Formats: sequence, C-alpha cells, structure tokens
Amino acid sequence: MQVHKYDVVIVGAGGAGMRAAIESGQRARTAVLTKLYPTRSHTGAAQGGMCAALANVEEDNWEWHTFDTVKGGDYLVDQDAAEVMAKEAIDAVLDLEKMGLPFNRTPEGRIDQRRFGGHTRDHGKAPVRRACYAADRTGHMILQTLYQNCVKHNVEFYNEYYVLDLLTVEEDAVREDGTPYKQKRVAGVVSYDLASGELHVFQAKSVVFASGGAGKVFKTTSNAHTLTGDGMGIAFRRGIPLEDMEFFQFHPTGLAGLGILLSEAARGEGAILRNSEGERFMERYAPTIKDLAPRDIVARSMANEVREGRGCGPNKDYVLLDLTHLEPAHIDAKLPDITEFARTYLGVEPYTEPVPVFPTAHYAMGGIPTNISAEVLQDNDTVIPGLYAAGEVACVSVHGSNRLGTNSLLDINVFGKRAGIAAAEYSKTADFVELPEDPEAYTIDLLNIARNGTGDEKVALIRKDLQDTMDANMQVFRTADTLNQVLRDIESFEARYKNISVQDKGKRFNLDLLEAVELGFLLELAKVMTVAALHREESRGGHFREDFPDRNDEKFMKHSMAYKDDHAPADGSAESIAGIRLATKPVVFTRYEPMVRKY
Amino acid sequence: MSAELAEPASKIELPAGVGGGGDIPSFDVTLRVRRYNPEVSEDATWDDFKVTMYGTDRVLDALHKVKWEIDGSVSFRRSCAHGVCGSDAMRINGRNRLACKTLLKDLDTSKPITVEPIKGLPVEKDLIVDMEPFFQSFREVMPFLINKGHEPTKERLQSAEDRERFDDTTKCILCAACTSSCPVFWTDGQYFGPAAIVNAHRFIFDSRDDAGDMRLEILNDKEGVWRCRTTFNCSEACPRGIQVTQAIAEVKQAILSRKI
Repeated sequence: MQVHKYDVVIVGAGGAGMRAAIESGQRARTAVLTKLYPTRSHTGAAQGGMCAALANVEEDNWEWHTFDTVKGGDYLVDQDAAEVMAKEAIDAVLDLEKMGLPFNRTPEGRIDQRRFGGHTRDHGKAPVRRACYAADRTGHMILQTLYQNCVKHNVEFYNEYYVLDLLTVEEDAVREDGTPYKQKRVAGVVSYDLASGELHVFQAKSVVFASGGAGKVFKTTSNAHTLTGDGMGIAFRRGIPLEDMEFFQFHPTGLAGLGILLSEAARGEGAILRNSEGERFMERYAPTIKDLAPRDIVARSMANEVREGRGCGPNKDYVLLDLTHLEPAHIDAKLPDITEFARTYLGVEPYTEPVPVFPTAHYAMGGIPTNISAEVLQDNDTVIPGLYAAGEVACVSVHGSNRLGTNSLLDINVFGKRAGIAAAEYSKTADFVELPEDPEAYTIDLLNIARNGTGDEKVALIRKDLQDTMDANMQVFRTADTLNQVLRDIESFEARYKNISVQDKGKRFNLDLLEAVELGFLLELAKVMTVAALHREESRGGHFREDFPDRNDEKFMKHSMAYKDDHAPADGSAESIAGIRLATKPVVFTRYEPMVRKY
Repeated sequence: MSAELAEPASKIELPAGVGGGGDIPSFDVTLRVRRYNPEVSEDATWDDFKVTMYGTDRVLDALHKVKWEIDGSVSFRRSCAHGVCGSDAMRINGRNRLACKTLLKDLDTSKPITVEPIKGLPVEKDLIVDMEPFFQSFREVMPFLINKGHEPTKERLQSAEDRERFDDTTKCILCAACTSSCPVFWTDGQYFGPAAIVNAHRFIFDSRDDAGDMRLEILNDKEGVWRCRTTFNCSEACPRGIQVTQAIAEVKQAILSRKI
C-alpha cells in the first residue's frame, strides 16, 4: 500500500471533476483520481446543449430560466440552488468559450442558441432559444475543452484509479442548542490502481466527489457501462445519506431496443414524435409546447401510447421520431452524430424514414446531498467539513423530481467550479485529519470477498437479472406491487451476490474483479431507489405511481433522505425497510409557489 | 432555421412496414482473441470463442458475451458503447475500429473474427495497451486555446465560416485508431502521429487562437508532420470520419506558407 498526500483530491474526471480541477489546481495541490481516462467520461456523450439566458437570438433572462427549472422539477427543486445555477449559467458558458469551446455561431458571430424541452419564454408562454450548443456533440466539446485546459494547467491525474472507499472520522460535537452529535470529518480516500492491482491511500484536506451516475441499475439505458454509482455507494456505506433517489429520468428518445440516446435537440430543431397511426400524439398531452414538453411528460406519453396499442413495429413496443420533414442539409449541420447513430445501429435513414425510439434510463436526479456551496451534508443541515460533491453524483437540488434537458451540462460547470474553489480554499485553512488505523482494511475485505469467493453465481447474470426487474418494475410507471417485486428480487440477488466467484485471479487490469465490486454498488443503490419510490405515495416529475397518480404537496412536498442503517427493522413500516432508514428534508422556496404543472 | 419551419402535420399516413419489423436473426460467430498476460506467460496466444449473437449486435457485445459467460479474464477497455468515448479501439480483422461501432453482420461471420490490440503501443494485457505515449504526444502540441488579447466581457466573436474551418478536427475522441494504424508510427514511436496533429490542427485553424506558429514549429520537428507518408490508413481508421490525412496536409501547407 502506498500513501499520498494532497490538499485536494477530486474523484472523477468528467465535466464536474475537471471543472473543479481547473479551479482547485490553480489554488492548491490537487490530484484527480479517475477510473477512466478523463476523455472517456460520459459527459462526452451529452449531445444537445447547455442552457444559459444569453439572449443572443431572442429575449431571455435568468429568472425565466430559474422558473422553468423549478417548474420542470415539479416544484421539488431547491429554489435558491436553481437561482444560483440560472444566474451563473451565463458566466459558465462564457468561461467555456474563453477556454476555447467551439460553439456554433449566429450570423453575427455570437454563440448560437436553440430550443430545448421545458425551456420557455416568460414563464411558459412559448419555447425559447436558450441552449448554447456545438452541433449535437456539446458534451464532447465540453469534455475535450475541460481536458485541454487541465493539460494547460498541469492538473495531476491518476488514470484508472478506482476509488473504493471514503475515509472519515467522527468527532463528538455539540449543536448550538446544546444537543450532542457526531461530526463527520473527511481524511481521504482509498483507491485501487487498475494496472497493478495495488491499493493507494490518498490523504487529503478536501475531497470532491464528481464520479457521475448509476444508470447501469437499468437494462435499457443511455449510460455507459462504467456508470455504476460508485461515488453514491461509497458515501452511503459511510453513513452519508442519499437524497431523492426515487427520481430517475427516462429520456424519451433512446434508440428502440438499444437505449442509445438521440438528443432532445432533434425535437428542438423541429423533429416530432408519431404513433402507429401517424399521429403527432404530443398535441394531446402538452397542447402548448407539444414535443418540447419536459422529458418526464414526453416519456410517460410515449409509454402510454404503447400501452394503449398505438406502438409501432412487430411488437408494437416503440414510437417514431420523425425528422423527414426537415431539410437534409439542416439535419447534417445540426444533428450529424445522432442521425449517424440511427444509421449505424438500426440501419434507418433519418432523411426519409422515421426512427424507432423508446424511453431510456438516463439521469439520476438524486444523489449525495449538498448545499449551494457544494458542501456535502451528513444530515439535513450539518456540513461535513472538507467534503464536496458536484454533478450527477450530487443532489443540490437543482433538478428536483425531473431535470430539464441541458441543465446537467450546466450543473457540472456551475457546481463543479464552485466545488473546486471551495475545496481549495478550505484546504488553505484546514489541517489534515489523521488517517484512521488500517485505512485500507475495509477495501481489502471488499476485494477479498469478491476475489476469493468460490460460489457458482456469475456477476454478469445477477446484474442482468437486476437490470431486468428494474426495467420491468421501476421504470416510467410504478405501483406498490411492482416496487415490492423489485425489493423481493433484490433480496434474492443479495443472497446470490454472497455466492459469487470471479474467474480472473490476477493483479493486472482485473476488470472481472472490479465488475463484481461495481455490482455491489448497483445492488445497494437500486434498493435505495426502490425503497424511496415505495415510500413516496404520490406522482411527481419522473416518479409516477399509478396507484397514487396525483401530486400530493401536503404530504410529499419534501426531499427524501435515505440513510444506511443496519439496525433499521424489517417490519415493513414505511420509514424503514431492512437496512435503510428514510427521513425527509424541507424544500427551499424563494419566489415560486407550487402550481399545477401544465404545458 | 427551426424558428421559421412550418408546423408539421398532426397526422400523416405512415408508409407500410415503417420502422422495420420481423425477428432479428441470430447466428454463431467465432471470436479469435489475441491473449497476453505477463503474469501468466511472456508469450501471446490466440483463443477462439464461439458465441451465438444477433443481427443488431456489435463486436463489443460479442466480447462482453465471452467475458461474462465464458472467460472472465478476457480483458479490454470500454465505456459508452456507442462510439463517443474512444475506449475500445482495437484491430478487428486486421483493421483498426471501435468494437462498439462495428456490427457483426457487417463482417464475414463464416470465418473467425480476429480481435487484437491496436499496434505500436505497449500491450499490457489482452486488448489493453499503454495509452500514455499516445497522450504524451497529444500534450506536446499545446492542445488548448492560447489567446494573447484582452478577454472580452462577453464571448469572443467568431464568424460561422471561421468556426466551420476547423469543425472536422474538433470531432476527435482520442481513441488512437488513427495513430496506431500508421506504419510510420509502428516503426518510429517518437513520431507525433496523426491524432496529435489533428488536435494541433484544431487550434492552428481556430481564428481565436494566437499560438499557431508555435505549434507549427513543434510539428516542423523531425518527428513532426514530415514523417507522414500519406498512406491514408489514418483517415480510413477514424471512427469519427475525420479527414485525417487532409488535416495533416493542411498543417504541412501552413508550415510552408507561414510568415515568420
């Protein structure tokens, strides 16, 4: 085991991690630990754009953007955080342009902007052109630009280092009102070097989690194979709560059967959805903004069309994204990548044929709770000094129960920057926290259980079974019955997981072993998501309960907070289900009263 | 522009058979994978794996099937699985490609499909190579915008034409398919290689950048653009369709015509 010492350690090298690193690296001694080479991160798969009220092509302002974000999230958004994001969006875009990002331009040479779902003029009157973009590879350009600037600033990367544990200590402390409590403090992280199989402990004054999402709990997903929720899982196991995990976004337009994303920018540029009768069905579900309604509404509408028998194809299990009325030259200029995906993977020519699409698991609205300074919370309001989180792994919460398109690229830039600055500044005043004794012991156990298992269960098969039940029972439509089915299934998977063996026993590049560890995170997170979904007996944003089809502000206008608690009784009561304790956290309101959400 | 588009029809007659149909055919393929693990042996070998796959499956799906169902020690990198992250460049039937963008049905499945690591970079294990020399070359061309002027309060202006000038080379995903397809790079690991030149091109021809001359000087080195022998392997290998050889030619031209 080797021990390294840095002021700041950043876990993850996607958009949030590298945006943080650019700030932190110029202020404090910083290391970025990433399980992938930085340019492999899934930020690079984002397509459509990044919204900011630049008003380059039509009237717009950040207050409208804030409102859209709050309404898009079905009022579960913390409004102070949404204001920060919408206000700082403008500088976030300009920062990227100054770093070199090649945005598409208007005839005047300004950054061009286009329409996107849920982004409107004057509180919902009509779609607005707010998304800044670089063709349909905006995420790719953001990831490349941030990596280029990390190279410029000599940011130190530890590539293919898997962070598997967070080192914390607990100190006795007393609240202002005199009640004693345990204050968590961060000491560092433990990581596994893929190339050598060796463990490396990183002691740090500040740790920033920017490790991305957990989409691989689902089968049909736009997420990369590597998005296994490691950061969320590590935090949860160390007693940090996870907020709003029941809210998972299903992006309407995944390539049917594959889940590969076709950007909402297609609809922003004029494409529309049709059912088997050739109907533009979104006219019925969202009469004002139709195909540009927020993702939760469009995804549910599509699933409903299929359920009611108006799906297309031999199994009537998808709908069509129609671009055939658009000029091929326009498609080539604005949507080259996604039309290529349709050609490559489905053999469909989007110039002349509509493309088969169906909702695909896309984005975790929930995650590690933070305040607007990106500081991680150990409960509703106690900050863990030195611990930060930003991006999809975090829940600040700017997305509430449903994220608007483009707001994730914005989130990673705004809160990544905030996290990087805050982490570096904190490290200047703080001392190192002493490492716990045997800091690597937990991780050695974790790896040994997987490596030395002699059972006959295969990791890939358990993972497939998990993904199957999540797709069948935890997708766009949910009921108590389907959710309880998932929990029963996960119980059996947990038992099987204890009986796995991996075939690769070596030390070098042992991805077989790491897939076993990653499955552990997936199982843990799928359970948290499902328990939270079961508890939320209402429908809001991305969470739709057929047995409770209405939003219930009186009972549920609050965030859910899930804590790992091995003593939580398995008594079937709503607040505790075997190993998980649920609590709530108030939503922050500033200027918008909840209204009925119509588009 | 989208704003001026006429509203599409509320309802249309869909052509018959739209959206494809019928069952997806399945077939058996043999994957012949180059194996190397210095923990076990210094010698590389070939292992054959027979798997049943479907018409929509890619080489990556077949590799996953092998790893997940037959031999967990088969090692390769992958992440996004749809051709944007650049993790899974490998030699498939002797050609550099991304495993996640290569459909099995487009290959001759009557014969074994050979899968090897990309060439010219040290092999670490099976299909995994050491990418560090590749990224080192990338870093050496100063792959970041350098602008000596005052920062404007808003964005720098750039005409759509100036933006278009370097569009092709912004598509690079650093997968190394081009560089590791280059015969010059195979014999001379010091050569910058196509990918580094593509990324230099992306800045040299960006109207906002002021350091083009410095990059041209770097690429005028004996290990720079003049080593390119215009074999076009790189352009054929690029999974993003970048006209790599043309980009290199433009950099050569810029060196010859620059005013210093």
